[in-house]
Amino acid sequence: MSAPTHPVQTYSPREFHRQAHDALGNPQIRANFRKAMDGLMAKRRDIFSDWDLETLRELGANIRLRALAKLPDLLERLEANCAANGIRVHWAESGEEACRLIREICEAHDAKSVIKGKSMVSEEMHLNAHLEAAGIEALESDLGEYLVQLNEQTPSHIIMPAIHLNTDEISGILHDKTGTERTRDVDYMTAAARAQLRERFMAADVGISGVNFAVAETGTLCLVENEGNGRMTTTVPPVHIAVTGIEKVVEHLRDVPPLYALLTRSATGQHVTTYFNMISSPRKTGEHDGPREVHLVLVDSGRSNIYQDDELLDTLRCIRCGACMNHCPVYTRVGGHTYGTTYPGPIGSILSPHLMGLEETKDLPTASSLCGACGEVCPVKIPIPDLLVRLRKESVGEGRGNVPGAGVKRAKSEVAAWKAFQWLATHPGVWRGSMAMAGKLKALMPSRLGPWTECRSAPKPAKTTLHALVKRHHATKHDGEER
Amino acid sequence: MSARDAILKRLRERADGPLAVPECDFAVVTNRGWSQAERLERFERWITSVHGEVIHTPRADWTRRLAEVLAAKGVQRLALGREHPVAAEARKALADAEVELVDADRDIEGWQSEQFERVDAGLTSTRGAIAETGSLWLWPTPDEPRLISLVPPLHIAVLDAETVEDTFFDVVEAHGWAGGMPTNALLVSGPSKTADIEQTLAYGVHGPRELVVLVRHAGERP
Repeated sequence: MSAPTHPVQTYSPREFHRQAHDALGNPQIRANFRKAMDGLMAKRRDIFSDWDLETLRELGANIRLRALAKLPDLLERLEANCAANGIRVHWAESGEEACRLIREICEAHDAKSVIKGKSMVSEEMHLNAHLEAAGIEALESDLGEYLVQLNEQTPSHIIMPAIHLNTDEISGILHDKTGTERTRDVDYMTAAARAQLRERFMAADVGISGVNFAVAETGTLCLVENEGNGRMTTTVPPVHIAVTGIEKVVEHLRDVPPLYALLTRSATGQHVTTYFNMISSPRKTGEHDGPREVHLVLVDSGRSNIYQDDELLDTLRCIRCGACMNHCPVYTRVGGHTYGTTYPGPIGSILSPHLMGLEETKDLPTASSLCGACGEVCPVKIPIPDLLVRLRKESVGEGRGNVPGAGVKRAKSEVAAWKAFQWLATHPGVWRGSMAMAGKLKALMPSRLGPWTECRSAPKPAKTTLHALVKRHHATKHDGEER
Repeated sequence: MSARDAILKRLRERADGPLAVPECDFAVVTNRGWSQAERLERFERWITSVHGEVIHTPRADWTRRLAEVLAAKGVQRLALGREHPVAAEARKALADAEVELVDADRDIEGWQSEQFERVDAGLTSTRGAIAETGSLWLWPTPDEPRLISLVPPLHIAVLDAETVEDTFFDVVEAHGWAGGMPTNALLVSGPSKTADIEQTLAYGVHGPRELVVLVRHAGERP
């Protein structure tokens, strides 16, 4: 293996500020994301132009809320209907447990080679690394995921994993890792990847996919995709394992069309994807293709904790379209890797703290200007800005304390400073005296105030306070009126 | 306690108590009220916008149009079913043609590499289509298995004009999908595509590079 086009870099949410600083100084990253996000925003706007979008979003939100309101019952119903159809259902409390379950299924089939359709949950639990450690090769088949895997990176966007790479970089990766010609011909590169991956589909022992919607009333797993790799993954190998978070269940089949309409339009501005693949059972007697075994692994991994809280619950409505990151001024500038988490952007900033704890992710809820764009475009109306504020409160110990790592950012000096300010601001006499004093002593104010003055001028107290000015103004006005 | 029971217990003993169940009004995804002509026009506009080719043909004449497509695309080996009327009529019409007919109703284990490497096109029937999104509705069967609409580089789908409906929601409701789902239900809207290389659209990444829809009309039209 030769060196990746990008130096292998590991990202951590703990290093958000340093990573953001590096990304902001990288013109290639800035240009790649700017171009892509501008295009996606325009496409989304156009494709919804002849829809009653607010009514559709309201429906999407209500369908997801209804599913969450009945979540334990629906999971049991999903399990029962899947079982009746011949799909084996497994439950995992944590990502590690899900990895172990999946590895055991692979080992039971003596699997050496796994082909994967796109699955963010599998990224979240680091499934590939787990399987590799057990001697099972896991190959991504979504073109973007394949490129990112070849380049020894992680996805930088939940829908477009290789959005951080431009054509020349991808050409270099394919050339270095697979021996293709260096070219800017996208059709050539796509055809080369097709040929390479077709061999792997045929040879794979197990196919692993995610799930976009799991339908409780019919025991159906729905997969949304354009490439056909999802259909290949779920049809060609003799065993299919689908893995998903417990929140992905919906009650009825009729709930699916509105969510699908919202998902494709919000994600990429498409009116529909090439394939909508609905799987309800393994190969039946008399059928000639499709896997002989289908497994569904339901993963909790912190989700049932989010579920406990009325406000935080909204996080679980997410249908993973990525519109919030496409519209986020912070994400567009720093890119997906900067966040150091599986889910970047606004949704990542409200989800990752629950999955990884606020100790790891304390800076993410502050990675937002609270401009509100994410909440406005969310197809299921998740109040993302409110949730960012809630997690900021949790991180300084001012919330309900039910998020892992709550209070991690609480600093005694900061608490004392705000308490002092509060006292000052509620005692007018002392306040006025202090302000007048500050004006007189302004020459003593330092011109550097830590990070605040890195890109701003230090504030200078005015010679006369606003309060004094207003008083003087009123006095002269009053005099004038009397005369 | 098993993982299952522990998860369900946590969900049932929710700290903030039971949640209200909201009403869902589906009016926004149904009641389009389009005429047959409008449905066809929309279906064609949307599916051609994503690189699907649409060919209209009188029902009586469809196999002749199929033969033309096969010749134009240089298809030498065509995979198809046997029992569905679409497959049966095609087999009859193509019996003396140059194109070699490949039986699709065989266990894939016996011909996987043949299907991946030496089949030029797959022919399938469709159950209907969706005007709003330009989507074909396929329920693969033992006669027309899942992979013949995916693996060969060309997918030819036969659609009867009167089976195009307004929306996905309408199809799910009108045909009672919830009452009995098949092993695999599919919506297909164009050939396989990707935009993963700097958002440049490329077709045929894993599935077919081309999708041709033969729309059969009752009577003489078009």
